[in-house]
Amino acid sequence: MNSVISQNITRFFLLVLIQVGILNHINFLGDINPYLYVLFFVLYPLRNNRLLFIFIAFLLGLSIDMFSDTGGIHAGASVFLAYIRPLITKFSFGTLNEFYSVKFSNIDFIKRFTYICIMVLIHHIVLFSLEYFSVVHVITILKHTLLSSIFTIILILLTTIIFRKSSK
Amino acid sequence: MQQIVNFFIRNKATLLFLLLFGLSLIFTIQTHSFQKSRFIHSANFLSGGVYNTTNNISKYFDLKEENTKLQEENARLRAVVFNSDVETVDPIYIDSTSYNKQYLITPAIVINNSYTKGNNTLLINRGLNDSIEADLGVISSKGIVGVTRNLNSKYATVLSILNNNISFSAKLKQSNHSGSIKWNTKDPRFIQLTEMPKVAPIKKGDTIVTSGRSSIFPKNIPIGTIANFKLDIAENFYIIDVLLFNDMTSLDHVYVIKNTDKKLINNLIQQENE
Repeated sequence: MNSVISQNITRFFLLVLIQVGILNHINFLGDINPYLYVLFFVLYPLRNNRLLFIFIAFLLGLSIDMFSDTGGIHAGASVFLAYIRPLITKFSFGTLNEFYSVKFSNIDFIKRFTYICIMVLIHHIVLFSLEYFSVVHVITILKHTLLSSIFTIILILLTTIIFRKSSK
Repeated sequence: MQQIVNFFIRNKATLLFLLLFGLSLIFTIQTHSFQKSRFIHSANFLSGGVYNTTNNISKYFDLKEENTKLQEENARLRAVVFNSDVETVDPIYIDSTSYNKQYLITPAIVINNSYTKGNNTLLINRGLNDSIEADLGVISSKGIVGVTRNLNSKYATVLSILNNNISFSAKLKQSNHSGSIKWNTKDPRFIQLTEMPKVAPIKKGDTIVTSGRSSIFPKNIPIGTIANFKLDIAENFYIIDVLLFNDMTSLDHVYVIKNTDKKLINNLIQQENE
């Protein structure tokens, strides 16, 4: 149990540092950045204290916001994602109970892929809606959501595949 | 009473969610209003320090480019010194002594720069210790960059001109027709000039400069050239795409301009309004 806690704490700080130090400056094709820190919510244990999870999500989002000077958009998107994650897991994995004890890397690929895609898309659409905060920019919001999501999903898949062995 | 307590216990996750989501909404809305300074910003000890370290490392990669820029600037300054009795065309290099010391200029270095978001900000390595205040103009050797906002003792955040929440007045270089500049969040190379009256004589390639009507920027600081223009729906005003002189995606050395008469000007405007 302790190893799970320390693992999540290291993941928290590592993801914040990678996000603000490297990924926020990629600007692929002008203005597309991946938001790898969503990986934290993807990999957070399924069996959890819901209140604690929502609060940690807020802290993670707020630390990213502090570095990128964006007010509260990352915090808002993260809290939203943490709040509705039970719905997403139910939708993508079916009945939950049997998956409580299963390792994330052992779930079959298609289910894992839908789960990651839904998580990332929902996070990004809330993020960019909060960033532009106006109905006038709907097209821009959708464009950014789509392009950034593709980038983030690829990066998350790669990261989970690369680090699979060490976590077993 | 029992029921209320039960209600809270049953919905504690939802209530916590609503509370935290509301909090982030407040932070977000704060960043959308220009006047208020915000609670969460990157001009603090922690993120300022981290960005300073990253900048110390990444600075070495574009030393060459920066050197050329500084060299160009030196050459121009030298030309100004040699021709000091001739009135200079380039207004950034106004000698403060000849200007009755109305403008004080502080050099600064950009240690974090964003240009891909809808509301972009920069972080510079000058703060209250260098007598920087909020709402001072920031320019680079090529043209305007933004306006200072939040400060601590060593760092300051700058609202970039690529920010949906900032607008200021600009004019044609050749005449005094002025309009208001605001970014439409689409392309960091172009900025939009609106409310330019239909009678103004404009052509593609004309230069746009600051109008000096606010106390933030002095008059005649270059902004960019006209790339495209069309009439608005009511056909009274032009909407103009201005190609910026500054490459906002690559900024390093900037200058903060302080108008020492700003208080006097603002007091006068306030009296007028009362």
